[in-house]
Amino acid sequence: MLIVTCVKQVPDTTQVKVDPVTGTLIREGVPFIINPFDTYALEESLRLKEKYGFNVAVISMGPPNTEVTLRKALSLGADEVILLSDRAFGGADTLATSLVLAEAIKKLGQTQEVAMVICGRQTIDGDTAQVGPGIATRLGYSQLTLVDHIENVDLKAKTIVVRRRLEGRHEIVQAPLPAMIAVLREINRPRYPIVPMRLFAQDAPVTLWNNKVMGLKEDTIGLKGSATQVRKIFSPQREKGEIIGDGIKYPEAAAGLLIQRLIEKNILCL
Amino acid sequence: MSLNISTIVFAAAIMLFCWSCYRRFRLLLIGKAEDRFKDAGRRIWSVLYYAFGQRCTVSHGYRFGWNHLVLFWSFMILLVANTEFMLEGLFPNYISFSLLPSSIYHPLAVLIEIASVLALLAVCIAITRRLAFPPKYIEARSRDAFIILGLIALLMLAFFGLHASKIAQGNEEAASYMPVSEFLASTFLKNGSPGSLNGYSEAFWWLHAIVLLGFLNYLPFSKHMHILAGIPNVFFRSLTKVNTQPREEFKKGNTYGVGKIDQFTWKGLFDSYSCTECGRCSDNCPATETGKLLNPRLVIHDIKVNLLKNGPPNRKETELPLIGGGKEGSISEEVLWACTTCGACMEVCPVFIEHVPKIVDMRRNLVEMSAKVPDELLSLFENMEQRSNPWGIVPSERAKWAALADVKTFVAGETQYLFYVGCFGAYDARSRKVSIAISRILNSSGISWGILGKDELCCGDSLRRLGNEFVFDRMVMENSKIFKEKGIKKIITQCPHCYNTLKNDYRQYGMELEVIHHTEFINEMIRSGKLKLNGTNDRGNLVFHDSCYLGRYNGIYEAPRSVISSVTGRAPIEMDRHNDRSFCCGAGGGRMWMEEGTGKRINVERAEEALKKNPATICVCCPYCMTMFEDGLKGIKADVQVLDLAEIVSEALK
Repeated sequence: MLIVTCVKQVPDTTQVKVDPVTGTLIREGVPFIINPFDTYALEESLRLKEKYGFNVAVISMGPPNTEVTLRKALSLGADEVILLSDRAFGGADTLATSLVLAEAIKKLGQTQEVAMVICGRQTIDGDTAQVGPGIATRLGYSQLTLVDHIENVDLKAKTIVVRRRLEGRHEIVQAPLPAMIAVLREINRPRYPIVPMRLFAQDAPVTLWNNKVMGLKEDTIGLKGSATQVRKIFSPQREKGEIIGDGIKYPEAAAGLLIQRLIEKNILCL
Repeated sequence: MSLNISTIVFAAAIMLFCWSCYRRFRLLLIGKAEDRFKDAGRRIWSVLYYAFGQRCTVSHGYRFGWNHLVLFWSFMILLVANTEFMLEGLFPNYISFSLLPSSIYHPLAVLIEIASVLALLAVCIAITRRLAFPPKYIEARSRDAFIILGLIALLMLAFFGLHASKIAQGNEEAASYMPVSEFLASTFLKNGSPGSLNGYSEAFWWLHAIVLLGFLNYLPFSKHMHILAGIPNVFFRSLTKVNTQPREEFKKGNTYGVGKIDQFTWKGLFDSYSCTECGRCSDNCPATETGKLLNPRLVIHDIKVNLLKNGPPNRKETELPLIGGGKEGSISEEVLWACTTCGACMEVCPVFIEHVPKIVDMRRNLVEMSAKVPDELLSLFENMEQRSNPWGIVPSERAKWAALADVKTFVAGETQYLFYVGCFGAYDARSRKVSIAISRILNSSGISWGILGKDELCCGDSLRRLGNEFVFDRMVMENSKIFKEKGIKKIITQCPHCYNTLKNDYRQYGMELEVIHHTEFINEMIRSGKLKLNGTNDRGNLVFHDSCYLGRYNGIYEAPRSVISSVTGRAPIEMDRHNDRSFCCGAGGGRMWMEEGTGKRINVERAEEALKKNPATICVCCPYCMTMFEDGLKGIKADVQVLDLAEIVSEALK
């Protein structure tokens, strides 16, 4: 049985700046990293592999340089990696992305039964947290989001029990397989690759599936297949703040002034 | 009849000894190859100076080393006497010194007599010391130690008994050259009948024989194996300072680091045979001293035990893991991660055992073959690999500090010196002030210098000491590329760790750089008169702390002291442990990035030691030491400032 892990290569957003004139991202010199949330998804897949003997396939949609991220997945212990790359896939929003990923998972399912799709809770560049649920909906899988612990997998009964972390409470959920699981950072601690695996990953095969292989309709994928169009990207303007009192010489007095001001503005009330 | 028995007994005992030695020493062959024969001339000189000159045992202020010197030389002389004794035992009536011309025999007799007296005295001193003034380390009082000392004492007593009986019998031609034996004979055996004297003589001869042969056969199984292995180990020592680790070749099918006993080199294994269990390493180890699990002597001991267990071919027991701990012969991971790589153990080891490279080798195995690392290190490794600094701060912020100083960027072909700021100097708020001070000094000295700014990368020191050689290797490649592209040949560093890494580790990659630590640079500039100081800047009691990577790793002790004397008008106050016996701040070897959960904090121990000298200022030369001292003092709330040497100099500039 197969676990499919979805990962995305993202620009290191802490190093991304927006060009104030054109309103576009300055990508030059910004390193790409594996979406941090996805590293937890991959780690959980690998742990399930070790525990239950699943195969782990890692898929990613992105430009050709995404290969680097997929090789990292190989070095950590993924059995198979597939790069979904085609100009036609470019500019996709979550709707179009989830379609390509779901179709790829279907394709993988033709040779091996898919038990689970594991995703990170969201990406750090788009921050929508929609692709995982999108895949689940398209494939008709159980949809388990915000998972911080996998309690049990019953391969005979084909069920899974997970713990979901919600505001102020946990929820233990049982669901039939196949299931899409979107995991939180708290679920595990990703491993570090050992050197022999890194060397192996350097020239292990990365399968490329472009749209010739996928054969998807042009108007359902990429920018054309997207319901969302980005009109503008900009950094929010922040009004210049005000220094209240002299916090260095008279910290207590400054704190008093601050509290008074907050009360006046109705931010604090007595 | 007795003649035949002695031949049989001696032959059997000597054969048994040779067999034991063969069984032990052949195990070394399971180790990997390593060339330790090159430069034989210097090696022989080392043996003469350190072993025969006993420089190794009397060094570093170890006063009891003198006792060892006396014992060593007595043994050397007695080796001659006992060789004769053994040959006599094997071939009775054919071999004896007394057959030599008296012009040789008489002086020899005196010499042997003196050596025996000295050996007996030295043994008595050693026993008294262990009983009355026990050294800190518990091993000195081991059963092994007392058995050996007892055997030597007994051997000497048997020697005197034998000679005294012979003299009393009138069978000793050189009696007047054996004052002690003669005294014993005339005091105790004057009225003995010929029969009883003959009995005494026989009895002492056999006692001497049994103790000697027993001692011989006990050697390979005790810590006194060092009598056999110690001198060769001095011969095979590293002729240069052990301040780096060897490179690894990253190729498919290779294994990395040492996870099994046969992955050490033969010299690594030989080290374990040479250990005398003197305890000097653990005595000087900051981890041992502050209650961590690590004890460098036990690491070496465990390697020996593991070798003896796993080394022999065709053994039936299951293999004892080298790393894992739990029992003798297996080293726990916690032990390996506790090392600060300060090198104090290697500095004081009288037989030149190389502890630190072994620990790093085992760390390499943990990191590279099984990725078993303390959690804190996972983010460090990621940060280093992704952003080339330990904190994972955005690389574009590397040059931010320079806005506050008069700094130029290094221009290929124009700028002469690169000021390699280092991660601390660039990102750490406290160390940035030191970077600014150094910039000021560099500007005042009038040299042409520049920085790489945001293009600078981490040197990789912590990764190498933590055993992440794979990523270190990549970082060296990247840095080397930059240095080559920009034609960088001369580098001034702020951090002793950058200094050591660029200077000693990068050499393995063909990078011959002239690396200068800022203390050396400042010292040179003051001496040549290029830096002008504004008279004396008294800073009250100023205590100086030696950084391990400057001092022990690179022998820089005088430069900072001389600068302090020039600037403040008086020599710095020395802590109890200083120069080559200096005590680590606790941050080296990647410990900077790890939690310190066990025992007392090393930096607190060191800060308290400094405070004993009642300082107004503690002067350091390393950003790690700076951080550790400031943190260590926080809990104590002492009104002491910690300054880098560069800051003190910068304020004293005209």
